[in-house]
Amino acid sequence: MSDQDRTVIRIEGVSKRFGPVTAVDSIDLDLRENEFFALLGPSGCGKTTLLRMIAGFADPSEGRILLDGQDMTPIRPNRRPINLMFQSYALFPHMTVAKNIAYGLEMENLDKADLNRRVDEILEKTELSAMRNRKPDRLSGGQRQRVALARALVKKPRVLLLDEPLGALDKKLREQMQLELKRMQHEFSITFVIVTHDQEEALVMADRIAVLKDGRVAQIGAPRDLYENPADRFVAGFIGKMNFFPGTVAGTGVSFAGQSVLTGDIPTGLSGEAVAAVRPERIKLSVEQPAGDMNAMPGTISEVAYHGQDVNLHVTVDGCDDPVLVRVPATDADETVWHHGGKVWCSWNPAHTRILAA
Amino acid sequence: MPASRLRDWLLLGPGLLWLALFLVIPCAIVFCFSFFERGVYGGIDYIFTFENFQRAIDPLYLSIFLKSAKIAGTATLVALFLAYPAAYAISKAPPNRQTALLVLAMLPFWSNYLIRTYAWIVLLNREGLINTGLRDLGWIAEPLPLLYNEFAIITGLVYNYLPFVILAVYSSISRLNPEILEASEDLGAPSWKTFLRVTLPLTMPGVAAGSVFIFVLSIGNFITPDLLGGGNLLMVGNIIYDQFLTARDWPFGATLSFILIGIMMALLFTQAILVRRAQGDAPEKEEANA
Repeated sequence: MSDQDRTVIRIEGVSKRFGPVTAVDSIDLDLRENEFFALLGPSGCGKTTLLRMIAGFADPSEGRILLDGQDMTPIRPNRRPINLMFQSYALFPHMTVAKNIAYGLEMENLDKADLNRRVDEILEKTELSAMRNRKPDRLSGGQRQRVALARALVKKPRVLLLDEPLGALDKKLREQMQLELKRMQHEFSITFVIVTHDQEEALVMADRIAVLKDGRVAQIGAPRDLYENPADRFVAGFIGKMNFFPGTVAGTGVSFAGQSVLTGDIPTGLSGEAVAAVRPERIKLSVEQPAGDMNAMPGTISEVAYHGQDVNLHVTVDGCDDPVLVRVPATDADETVWHHGGKVWCSWNPAHTRILAA
Repeated sequence: MPASRLRDWLLLGPGLLWLALFLVIPCAIVFCFSFFERGVYGGIDYIFTFENFQRAIDPLYLSIFLKSAKIAGTATLVALFLAYPAAYAISKAPPNRQTALLVLAMLPFWSNYLIRTYAWIVLLNREGLINTGLRDLGWIAEPLPLLYNEFAIITGLVYNYLPFVILAVYSSISRLNPEILEASEDLGAPSWKTFLRVTLPLTMPGVAAGSVFIFVLSIGNFITPDLLGGGNLLMVGNIIYDQFLTARDWPFGATLSFILIGIMMALLFTQAILVRRAQGDAPEKEEANA
C-alpha cells in the first residue's frame, strides 16, 4: 500500500438529523493521505453539514469520524488538527493580514521567532507579503480568499476543509484560483477536502469526487470515472451534459420511442424502464443515414449556439421532449448544412451508450 | 435644483426646523447668557463679562463636576457589566425569542420615570422592602444605609438607562458574523480567548455607544440625585437647576449648562470618531452572503 492510499479520515456510518430532516444519511467515506477530495452535490445534499462534522462544528447523530484511526467525536474543533476555510472567509476584520495569519499559531504557543518565520513563509508562498499590514476591508475578493487559505495552511493541518471556496469570485478569477488551489495542495502535501456545487470545479481540481444526493453518496470515483461511467441517472445528469433517451430494455439495448433500439451494454439485472444516455460530444451529425452498427436517429436542427471552440446544436427528434444536444468542434461545423431547420442524422458508437435505470 | 435634491430637503426640512428652533437656538441663547451679568431681581443685565466662567472654575464647582463625572462613570461601568452579558445572552437566544427578550428589557420604559424612581425609595429606605426583608431573615440587625447616598443615585441611574445600553451592545453583537467566531475556534482558540480577542474588540462600537449614552444622560441628570440622593448630594444638574430656579442667577446657570453641553459634545464626537474608525472593521456578514 503506497503512502498515497493511506486513510487519513474515515467516516463510518455518519448521519445527521435536524429534527425530522435527515441532512446526512449513513455515509461511509475514506479520505486518503495527500489527496484532493471533492464533496459535490446540489444545495441541500448535506455536503456542508458533513464538512462541519469533520471540522467539529456539528456532532453526528449516528456513526463516527476517525482521524488517523482516532475517534474525533469528543474532540472540540479547537483541538482537531483540521482547519476549515469558511465560505465567507471569516477573516478577523480588526486584524491585519499578518495578524490574521499569526492568530492560529499564537494559540499553539510557539516562540516568537518561529512564529514570525512561519508567517513570513506563508505570506511569501501565497504572494501576500505586500499586503501584510492591510486590513481585510482593503483587500480584493481574491486576496481575501488567499488570506483565508494562508491562515488555515500556516497551521499545517492534517486535513484542510474548504467550504465553497470559490463561490464569491467572478468566473475568470475562479478558474485561476482552481489551478492555484491545486498547486497549493501539491506544494503543501495536505489532504484537501472541498465542498462545491459546481461540477466543473470538482472535475478540474479533485483527484476523487463523492457525488452526494439527499444526504447519501450517489457515487465515488475519479473525475473521469464519474464522467465516463456514471452509476445512475442523477450522476449522469449532474456531471457534465448528458442526453437521455427514455424507453424499455429490449434485446441489445433500449427501445426508444417504439422505433429504434439504441444499442449498449445493459447492466446486469436491469429490465423494464430504462434510459440510454450519451454525451453530446460523442454524437456525430450527418446528412445521410450513417451505415454500419451505429445508434442513429433523424432530426431537425432547432438551435445553433456558437461557443468559440465548439458549436452546440439542438436537434429535435421524435419521441423526445428535450432536444438532443450535440457538441462539435467549431472547426468541423459545416454551416451550409448545420443551420436552423436543417435535416440531419444523429449517430454514435454503441460503445458510448450508457444504459441506466430510469 | 434637481428633483431629487428638492425631495431630500423636503424630507429633511421638518426635522431640521425642529432641531434649529428647539435645540440650536436655545443652545445659542444659553451660550450668550453665559457672558452677561445677573439682574438684581433675577433675569439678565446685558453687560458683557467673563465673571461667570471665572466662578465656574472655582474649586467648589470643579469638585461638583468631578463628582458628577465619577458618579456617571461608575454608573456607566456598572451598566456595562450588567448589559454586556445580558445582550450577549439575548443575541445567542433562538431568533424568534430575541425580540421578546428585547421587549422585556425595554418593559420598564412603559411606566413613568418618576414613578420608577420613587419605587426605588420604597425599596431602599430604612423601613423598605430590602432592609425589612434582610432583617426578617436575621441577616442584619440595623438597617443598611441604602438610600440618600451615592449608592442610591448610581442604582437609580443604572436602572433607568440599562435598557439603552443593552440595546446598543446587542445591536453590535447580533451583527457579528458567526463564522468569524467559528474561525477563531477552528484556529485553536478556547472560547475565552475568542471572546477577548475577537468578540469584544468587534463589539466595541456598541460598547462605546452605550457608554456615551448612559454617561451623558447621567452626568446631566438632576431628578435621580434629588430624589435618591436626598438633596444633600449635588450633581451638576442640581446646581444648574438651583441657579435657574432658586438662586435666580440665570447667567451662571447658563455658564454651567454650557460647560456641561461642551463635555457631552466632546464625548459624542469622540464616540463618532471611534465608530468611524471601526467602520472599516465592521462585520462583513452582508457582503459574505452576496
